[in-house]
Order: sequence, then structure tokens, then C-alpha cells
Amino acid sequence: MQPISSVKGKAYPLGLKNVDTDIIIPAVWLKTISRSGLGKGAFQTLRGVAGNVFDDPAYAGAPILIAGDNFGCGSSREHAAWAMADLGISAVIAPSFSDIFSGNAFKNGLLAIVLPQDAIDRLMEVAKTDDIHIDLETQTVTTPFQDRFAFEIDPFRKHCLINGVDEIGLTLKSSDAISAYENKISASQPWLSPNQA
Amino acid sequence: MMSTPQTLYQKIWNAHVVEQRDDGTCLIFIDRHLVHEVTSPQAFEGLRVAGRRVRRPDLTLAVPDHNLPTTARLDANGNDIPIADPESAQQLEALERNAPEFGIAYIDATDVKQGIVHVVGPEQGFSLPGTTIVCGDSHTACHGGLGALAFGIGTSEVEHVLATQTLQLSQSKSMEVRVEGELGPGVSAKDVVLHITGVLGASGGTGHVIEYTGSVIRALSIEGRLTISNMAIEHGARAGLVAPDDVTFAYLKGRPMAPKGDDWDAAVAYWRSLATDAGATYDKVATINAADIAPSVTWGTSPEDVLPITGVVPDPSTFADPSKQEAAKKSLEYMGLTPGTPMTDISVENIFIGSCTNSRIEDLRAAAAVLKGRKKADNIKWAIVVPGSGLVKQMAEAEGLDRIFTDAGLEWREPGCSACLGMNPDKVPAGERCASTSNRNFVGRQGPGARTHLVSPAMAAAAAVTGKLTDVRTLMD
Repeated sequence: MQPISSVKGKAYPLGLKNVDTDIIIPAVWLKTISRSGLGKGAFQTLRGVAGNVFDDPAYAGAPILIAGDNFGCGSSREHAAWAMADLGISAVIAPSFSDIFSGNAFKNGLLAIVLPQDAIDRLMEVAKTDDIHIDLETQTVTTPFQDRFAFEIDPFRKHCLINGVDEIGLTLKSSDAISAYENKISASQPWLSPNQA
Repeated sequence: MMSTPQTLYQKIWNAHVVEQRDDGTCLIFIDRHLVHEVTSPQAFEGLRVAGRRVRRPDLTLAVPDHNLPTTARLDANGNDIPIADPESAQQLEALERNAPEFGIAYIDATDVKQGIVHVVGPEQGFSLPGTTIVCGDSHTACHGGLGALAFGIGTSEVEHVLATQTLQLSQSKSMEVRVEGELGPGVSAKDVVLHITGVLGASGGTGHVIEYTGSVIRALSIEGRLTISNMAIEHGARAGLVAPDDVTFAYLKGRPMAPKGDDWDAAVAYWRSLATDAGATYDKVATINAADIAPSVTWGTSPEDVLPITGVVPDPSTFADPSKQEAAKKSLEYMGLTPGTPMTDISVENIFIGSCTNSRIEDLRAAAAVLKGRKKADNIKWAIVVPGSGLVKQMAEAEGLDRIFTDAGLEWREPGCSACLGMNPDKVPAGERCASTSNRNFVGRQGPGARTHLVSPAMAAAAAVTGKLTDVRTLMD
């Protein structure tokens, strides 16, 4: 994972609620065996509608997306995070995210920033004309108009994002603890080991 | 001294903590990992690139399901029929190659045990109460019907579990959804979970693990409990849970991968200890009255857009939340519906009976009971029944259900995910409607432009008979 500590630039003012992962990347795009190239399919159904924010030249190449409640609901497809990253999006700001999407976003260094609806409403306005600045170190979203919105983030995730930590490598350092757990369980609950069908 | 009363969720969580960090994040051991072809290729590739192995192949089971066509898989000479779509074929081949390379048990597409991962796991006794179960699929919550803490994960987490058999997780909040009373005629587990989703909303359970309790849940079969827990994700929950009881143990006993002999007795004793303690509290509680649940149907493009079949298409301007008004307007436009239209006036052209939500033997029995001695309506262009596994298919055929379906004019198919998400050739054409027993009515879910109405198996069968969304109670004796 590439380290990320701030994102500054234009933002797509999408605002839509319940943006599900089928909207972010339809199932037809899931047949790939690679992580790259999914930007072409990102938000395909929304892009079919005239006047959509993704094809509006005013927002071309925006690194931020602003959305409504429950962003990323639906399937567990990490392709959603890959597609957004491939489209050039580095951060999403919404009032809430589905649990699985926010985990997938984190694993790919895509910031999923939670702010209340009134802050979202304000940022939707600002995005029409000006840049938005997300700073992970100070946990703030700011605009050129003195707006300053603080957000919460899990300290472990913040650490991993800023330092670009390889999470598997980190967990493998706990191999001894995992082995100890396995030994304890195989003694106390031997039936947990599945019979091979 | 009395120990603090705990919920089922807390007990399972605590039993799986390998390590806890100062910030509260835990390294959680994963007892079971189901792998399918769509969300695993990049994970295996990641392992290969890093030179990592699968830590516990014995706890991992690979089954292809999403891409498989549901038409015949073997020709008259018993040879594999090649898969026409090169991308689907490539993804299936990747799993077929990756499983043996990493020492993982693999159930082949032509094996009678093959099916949708969430049907196969319980059926084989691979999924057990009190275990942690993950899969790169959001409907993994399904296995919670057995009392397992089961949840969907992304591909990076699939790779993490393959390499370490653990996940770094923060504990979710707990929520109780209590369903009390008695279900009326024609009301099934699917109607219960659609109703719950309508009441809680698509994000009502976000950040929570939901335990479904109450007399209605206790009275359900395992098939019904799996249906309910399956859709926990549709109201936003990380996972769903139903406390294991005698119904659970009777279902699991003798399943191929379940414990045997003395092991079985020890397992049951442990599972009995998992029930939520008296006095334990949940972060959130919702109570549902069974008498309020009718045969249900969705009208929009979010699973929260639920109505009783006796309802009418809602007027978006009547919604209190302005963002919901906007969403409802878009939904109705996509669905081609006019406010005020009775749901039972809506014609459908397609019927899909299947998916990890509703493709088990009881689901097929419920649909067959409605279709017996009846024919599909003339306006039904496409109607398929897709059993959840080869074993479900076998059982249904032994009971003669396949003949009831084919006599009624429905197609009897091979197992897989099928038209739930249309990664295989089973899709609903643009602009057409489908009465579907699946779990998502998202825009484009069953194919670009497809219009999905989520219903129970009995309601899908009723729609097949009349060619319209139909109150199944009007077709019951």
C-alpha cells in the first residue's frame, strides 16, 4: 500500500444515498483476474445519464468524491475500491459507509471519510467551484472559505495509511501468537478441525 | 462472583481473540474460509508474488459458483461442456488451478456437492455454530443462521486470511432484532427479512452484528434462519446470528464435515453454552410484531423499498427525508412504475427462483406447492428454478419437484448463483421485470436495465402462475 497523508483537489459532488457496489462497478466487470483497468467500468450506470458529474469537464480528474449515506452498500467486491482508484479517486466523503466497503477502501489506501450530513451539504456547494483539502494527520477537511470539519478515524488504520503498512507482513509478525492459539484450540476443541468430506 | 452476562456475539468474539492491541483492535482467528472464483484470483496472485503459502488449507474450501452456466455441464458422453464466455472460463480455470497449487480442497463444477458456497458450507457441515466464517462475498452472513459469526470480506482480506488464518478487526456493536408472535399463512422467512429490511432501512444495522431472536425465529427451520441471516447485509449489518439450538444440532448431525462420535457430544455441549446470557444487553434493540408481516415485495432499487403485496407504489413526495424523495423518484423512473399503482397490478415477464437466499430444499418445496397442477401465465417469457447445490437438486428430483416445475413450464437448471447477479449467462433483459427470490434489487443487478422485485419462493411461484405480482394467499387452499 502506498502511504497517503493528504488529498487536495476537485471533488465530484455526487451526493447520492445508498450508492451500492453494483453502481460503483457492475458485475460484468468482476470477471477480471487482475486489479487494474477497472476505471473504465466505474459508475457505468450513472455515466449513462446525461449531465452526470463523472463526465462533467468541471470535475475531470477529481481525486475526491462526495456522496450520501450508506456509501458502498451491497456486495463485498473489492473491485469497487480498485475501480475508484483506477478512476483517480483517492478519497470519498460521506455520512456513512458500509462496513465492508470501508475495509476494502482502507486496504487500498482510499480514504473513506465520515462527516455529518450538514458538512456534506456544505462541501457539495464548495465542490461546484473550489478545491477541498483532506488532511489525515490533523483529521480535518478544509475549504478555501474557512470551513473546517474534523473527522474520526481508527488510530490503527490511520497509522497504516500514513505509513503504507503491509498488513499481512504486520500480522505475520504475530505468527507465534497464532500458533499458540491454534495449539490451545486443537487441545480444547479438537472437533473444530473439519472432517475432510 | 458472577461473570458479566454476555451476548452470543461477545462469546464468539472473545473465543477467537489471538491478540488484542492497545487501541482495541483484535487479531481474530478464522475457523472456516470459503473461496469462490470471483474474489480470489487477485488474492492468490498476491500470495504468489510475495512467496507466501496458505497457512491452514484444512480450514479452507473452494467452490466455483458465480460464473457457472446453469445449463447442462456434461455432454451425452460425460465430457465437460466448455464455458462459452472466455472471461468466465478464465476465472473458473484460475480457481481450479489455484486450489491444488495451494493445497486447498476444491469441489468441481460437475461434483454433486458443488453449489453456491453459502448453500454448500452448511450442507456439508463445514459451517458450524460458534465458528468464525469468512468468504469474499457479502452474503456470507448467511451462515449466521447456524449461530456462526460469518461475514463477507474483500479480496485483500481473503489474501490476509489465506496467509495468516486471521483478520485484524475492531469489535462491532451488537443489536437484537426480536420477532415475536406467529407468522400468518403464506408468510415465510423471506417475508420476515424483507419486512425487517423495510423497517430498519438499508443502513439500519451498519456497524452492528445483529442477533435475530424471538418466537418467530425459534420456530423457523435452519433453511429459514439461513434466509434471514443471509440478508443481514441488506440492512447494513456486518453479520447476522441466530443462537444454535436443538433445531441446529438436528440439522448438522451426520453432515460429512461435521464432528462425529465423542467429538459431536463435546461440540454440542460447547454450542449450548453460547446462547446470550440472561441480563446481557445489546447496543440497539428493534422489536417486530409477526402480525405486521405480510407476503412482501420490493418496489424500488434498494432492498429497503419493501411493501406488503397488498400495498400500492408509493408517492416519493410523501417521504419525510428529502434525499429519500430524490432516490425514490429515480427508483420509480428506473422501475417504470407510477405512484398509486396497486402492487398486484404489476405484470412480470421473468421469474427467478434461486440464489443463496432461497435455493434450499424448503424454498423449492414452497414454490412447488404453489405451482403443482398449475401452468405459468402466457406473458412469462423466462422462468428458471436454480437449486442451490447438486445435493439440493438431487433431493428435489427424488421428491418429484423438478417435474412440478417443468410441467408448469419453468426450466429446471444446474446449481449456481445465476440470475441473482447475472455473471453467468442468466440475465433479465433491459426494461423487463423479474419476480426474483434473490437478495438485491439494485439498478442493473440482474442485467443492465433489469427491473427486480424481490419476493419469497411461494410469491415468485404465484407470479409465475398469474403473470403479475400476486398475493400468494389468493392461490392457497
